[in-house]
Amino acid sequence: MKYFRSHVLVGINETSVAAGVHSFVKALRAELSKTGLSDEINILETGPLGFFGKGICVTVYPDNINYENLKEEHITELVQEHFLKGRPVAHLLLESAGKFSPKLNYNKRIVLRNSGIIDPEKIDDYIGTGGYEAWEKALTKMEPKQIVDEVKNSGLRGRGGAGFPTGVKWSFTAPLETEQKYVVVNADEGEPGTFKDRLIMEGDPHQLLEGIMICARAVGATKAYIYIRGEYKLCIQRLQKAIDDCKNYGIIGKNIFDSGFDLDIQIKIGAGAYVCGEETALIESLEGNRGHPRWKPPFPGVKGLWQAPTVVNNVETLANVPFIIANGANEFSKYGTLECPGTKVYTILGDVAYPGLCEVDMGTTLRTIINDYAGGMKKGFKFKAALVGGAAGMILSERLLDVKMDLASLNQYSAVLGSGAILVMNEHQSIADMLWSILRFFRHESCGKCAPCKNGTQQLYRLITKIKKGDGTMDDVDLMLKIAETMQQTSFCALGQSPIMAIRSAIDNFRDEFIAITQK
Amino acid sequence: MYKEICAKYAPTKDNLIYILHDIQDSHPQHYISPDAVKAISEYLNLPENHIYGVLTFYSMYSTNPRGKNIIRLCESPPCYIKGSENILRKLKTILGVGVGETTKDGKFTLELCACLGVCGNAPVMMINEDVYGDLSEEKVEDIIEKMRGRN
Repeated sequence: MKYFRSHVLVGINETSVAAGVHSFVKALRAELSKTGLSDEINILETGPLGFFGKGICVTVYPDNINYENLKEEHITELVQEHFLKGRPVAHLLLESAGKFSPKLNYNKRIVLRNSGIIDPEKIDDYIGTGGYEAWEKALTKMEPKQIVDEVKNSGLRGRGGAGFPTGVKWSFTAPLETEQKYVVVNADEGEPGTFKDRLIMEGDPHQLLEGIMICARAVGATKAYIYIRGEYKLCIQRLQKAIDDCKNYGIIGKNIFDSGFDLDIQIKIGAGAYVCGEETALIESLEGNRGHPRWKPPFPGVKGLWQAPTVVNNVETLANVPFIIANGANEFSKYGTLECPGTKVYTILGDVAYPGLCEVDMGTTLRTIINDYAGGMKKGFKFKAALVGGAAGMILSERLLDVKMDLASLNQYSAVLGSGAILVMNEHQSIADMLWSILRFFRHESCGKCAPCKNGTQQLYRLITKIKKGDGTMDDVDLMLKIAETMQQTSFCALGQSPIMAIRSAIDNFRDEFIAITQK
Repeated sequence: MYKEICAKYAPTKDNLIYILHDIQDSHPQHYISPDAVKAISEYLNLPENHIYGVLTFYSMYSTNPRGKNIIRLCESPPCYIKGSENILRKLKTILGVGVGETTKDGKFTLELCACLGVCGNAPVMMINEDVYGDLSEEKVEDIIEKMRGRN
């Protein structure tokens, strides 16, 4: 094995590909071999690096130096100065970082343990970090019931937004005796501000696959579908490569590891509809229909895809499963809180110094996340509010900065954890404006199946537009609440039940602002 | 032509989404014509109204002819607070079209879309398959100028 004195991690993602990362890497390799450094400096094309710089971003280890917005014309300077002389090139450094170390971004790594470290396109890299050991254990040493119990005991709850206990979900499907059962992975990430699943799939596709395999074994499904949005080209490409590699290695396919168990995993591509994040709408879409939600019960766990028992799980949920099986439920519940064990992946955006991706214990406060993992507010800005959980989430004020971010604690404030998006707003931004943008989103995405949501989202948008323009009254504000409450009680699925969250939290936390804007 | 595309897929309903994607991508005007719907209807043995139902439900499909390049600007909250409205205004000015319209030379169609999941680089737009992030008014002008030259 070769030893390198330095590793250069190049983040490959949608933005860096657009910025020409592939030809950049080629040019960098050429420059290194020209200067005779090829045996000393290793270039690793990997997934998300944990921060969002502009264009092509690179992290250099062991120095832990981050560069952003690199262009091919910088390569000579970078190689001469940094790699030869050991002097980081100051004008290319990640601008917002300052002294802030992105290492902090990975506090407790379960889901992101390999992200930005291994080459996601190489199955051997994944296996080298202990990958597929959990799958082998689940398949050859554990009974399906044991797997379900282990996941149940771990306390893992769904990471897609609703937070239903994963093991319990599996236990509905596992004992059913039918010819065919399915596992469906919800990778149709559409919650505004959320893209953790994209980063998980881009950074470590095999971990998701391993989670799917274990889930399939636990519930007795022999077919799994990953329903992914069409825009996630890089994810699709990496997942497909990962699936093909697994087939070649005999990790999936027929009679896996001589256990008699068969499993086939396929990618299915969506066509752009937010409502398809709802599990029954997703199933309808998979069957080739409009993405309209179905009546529950029966739940998909009993009658799902083509009326067969189907377990639908979010990407992040399944990516936690290999850790649980490999290390045991007890090890997993050491992280997070008692009611809500484990970690949570957040994407932090907006007016923070250091927007990025972090994986922290469940129950970490918003204040800690913003200050310790995002470097605090951007210079010259004051915190005003944060939209937590995307459009179906809440607008939190400073008062709630110290609330623990886990399902149980947030429930006390009738808040939700949602999908893990944190959008931070500064003191100059208007709450009514933000709410307008959210309600415009819901108006567009309502699927039109049920009247409360179809008409309600239109009316809410009409009212907030009036208020935003300064033509509204406090009666309009209260009417919005009333409509949204009615929608919460009467809508067919979670989409129509969601706008109340943003509306109530905005009005409760920032009532003065609405009074001011309606009295203008 | 439509029949050949259909034949690449098994004639089951769950392939409808794929067939629609494929037909739309293969058409120079990136849309699904009434003829295409008829062909799919025969191939899958599904009523045309089912196909129109699906086709008009999902935002990635179009029943109207579109330009060579499709610009999809994100209008979701994270891009909105980073100034996507200014970008939209700029795009409208330099292209001379409104949302949902195609330029006279048939090169660009301007559309709005929901979150593209690249919020770390908001405001963001997609042109065809490519993502463009950290947009500013100058940058947008530059991108469109370059594409005009290329085509």
